[in-house]
Amino acid sequence: MPAAESYPDDLRYHPEHDWARVEGDEATMGITWFAQDALGELVHYEAPEAGSTVTKDSSYGEVESVKAVSDIVAPLSGEVVEVNGKVVDEPERVNDDPYGEGWLIRIRMSDPTELDALMDAGAYRAHVAEQ
Amino acid sequence: MKLIFEKSRAGRRAGRVPDYGLAKPELPHELRRAHPPRLPEVAESEIVRHVTALADRTFGIDTGFYPLGSCTMKHNPRINERLGRLAGFRDLHPHQDDDGAQGALELMWRLQGILAEVAGLPAVTLQPAAGSQGELTGLMLMRAYFADRDEERDTIITADTAHGTNPASVTMAGYKLEKVETDGRGNLDLDDLRGKVNERTAGLMLTNPSTLGLFDEGIEDVARIFHDAGALLYYDGANLNAVVGISRPGDMGFDIVHYNLHKTFSQPHGGGGPGGGPVAVRETIEPYLPAPVVARDGDVFRLDHDRPKSIGRVRGFAGPFGVFVRSYAYMRAYGPDLKEMSEVAVLNANYLLARLRDAYDLPYDRHCMHEFVLSARNLKREHGITALDVAKRLMDYGIHPPTVYFPLVVPEALMIEPTETEPKERLDDFVDAMQAIAREATESPELLKEAPHGRPVRRLDEVRAAKQPILRYHFDEHPALVG
Repeated sequence: MPAAESYPDDLRYHPEHDWARVEGDEATMGITWFAQDALGELVHYEAPEAGSTVTKDSSYGEVESVKAVSDIVAPLSGEVVEVNGKVVDEPERVNDDPYGEGWLIRIRMSDPTELDALMDAGAYRAHVAEQ
Repeated sequence: MKLIFEKSRAGRRAGRVPDYGLAKPELPHELRRAHPPRLPEVAESEIVRHVTALADRTFGIDTGFYPLGSCTMKHNPRINERLGRLAGFRDLHPHQDDDGAQGALELMWRLQGILAEVAGLPAVTLQPAAGSQGELTGLMLMRAYFADRDEERDTIITADTAHGTNPASVTMAGYKLEKVETDGRGNLDLDDLRGKVNERTAGLMLTNPSTLGLFDEGIEDVARIFHDAGALLYYDGANLNAVVGISRPGDMGFDIVHYNLHKTFSQPHGGGGPGGGPVAVRETIEPYLPAPVVARDGDVFRLDHDRPKSIGRVRGFAGPFGVFVRSYAYMRAYGPDLKEMSEVAVLNANYLLARLRDAYDLPYDRHCMHEFVLSARNLKREHGITALDVAKRLMDYGIHPPTVYFPLVVPEALMIEPTETEPKERLDDFVDAMQAIAREATESPELLKEAPHGRPVRRLDEVRAAKQPILRYHFDEHPALVG
């Protein structure tokens, strides 16, 4: 079942419709409800390698639906410590639970000050309303 | 409808191959197959009925309106087919010597000339098989051009509205890709562009008008930015149908241009080809064109292979020759009035836009060129009706859906290209259908959610088709059908 629209308050958001959940010096990242809804059911997740580096505002992977292939933009920079293999096998998990089981990568942040440039849930909701 | 394999019965035949008593050729053992091929075994009457049933279910430009954006599904004049079937063209062998193929070579030479005039660039190769190969050829030409100058450049810039083939061609040609944003009017964002063009930039790939159906108002500034950096401009001719005889890519500043003969110049397409993707270039790039090109010495035409700096051949023989005949016939039928083609294409698109702008959302509010992009985002927000639902419902009205979900910069995009060959009544039918669907979205949205209703198959499961495609007949699941 596709998830209902939500933008949790404990996350930080990137305007390209990506989210980050910060725990200590690590951050879990994924795409927002709005992004998965615009794409429709995902059929493929092209994940980065664990150990690779991701750069804020740059693409670190791709998600593919029947409509389009889209770059996934990193909201923060750092080293990939874990890739969600379950989403590689079953990409529709992103549609079912974009902020939970549908997370995409976990990184060790290289520059936590980058968090200041991200939006909180209120600002992101306003951003989505303009789309 | 049953598959042809399901109609197969062991031993049944549609014909008999005569026995000429020829010796069997000796084939090396490792090249022989272990078992005969599993072909369907069906009587001729059943084959004819099978193929006719498939044809009856086919929708094409010959059966109805086909406003598939960016695809230029125009009527293909039948005179082109008659000319293509003239024995001198049809029966010509690809290995024929130049002296025995003077008429064919002259046709190709003249086609090169008209294409060069349309592009405003002097030199043309007819070889590439379609637009995508034209793109790759263009990028290989850029690479050869810079290698000859000992310049190391590794990046190609495309627009965020670009056709998907552009980034794919960039990657295949070994270049890095950088995307430039579109501004609020649908033009390339010049500030974004200035920040991205530098001495590592090999060039730009751009469709003009863009996939939004909008002519880039800053194209001369764009060209200056690239040329000042020593880079080249590539024109993706996907949307050339908007500007033929009116504005020329060469005058806009483009150095390399590809055409889609199967779109703009009426080669039938949509069933997989054959297409034609000739490429025109500026003098400075001519030495690198694929060899051979058709040359003229006095009254004699020949294939010129003596091109030492050529990137080499990109397609077998002389290119898709039947396509050349049809496109040449098409251009000559218009003669000096060829620009009427583009004028009416643009007029038809603007007529539809004017009549549909109130029923749907228009993200870039400008006069359009040969096509335009509407958005179903308001229908989605208010009624849960998506662009896909609108497209599927159009099929119930006997109309081929427009392109949906492209370009990516427009949410719930519906990209509509009527072409110049539709009379006003067909355009009005389309407007009536689109307006009726917008009303249905409000009054009975479930009708759209479940569409199509009146077609041979209902809504297809696109996700399952992408994840679990069945690409061949599974004999192992039906062992009794084929001996």
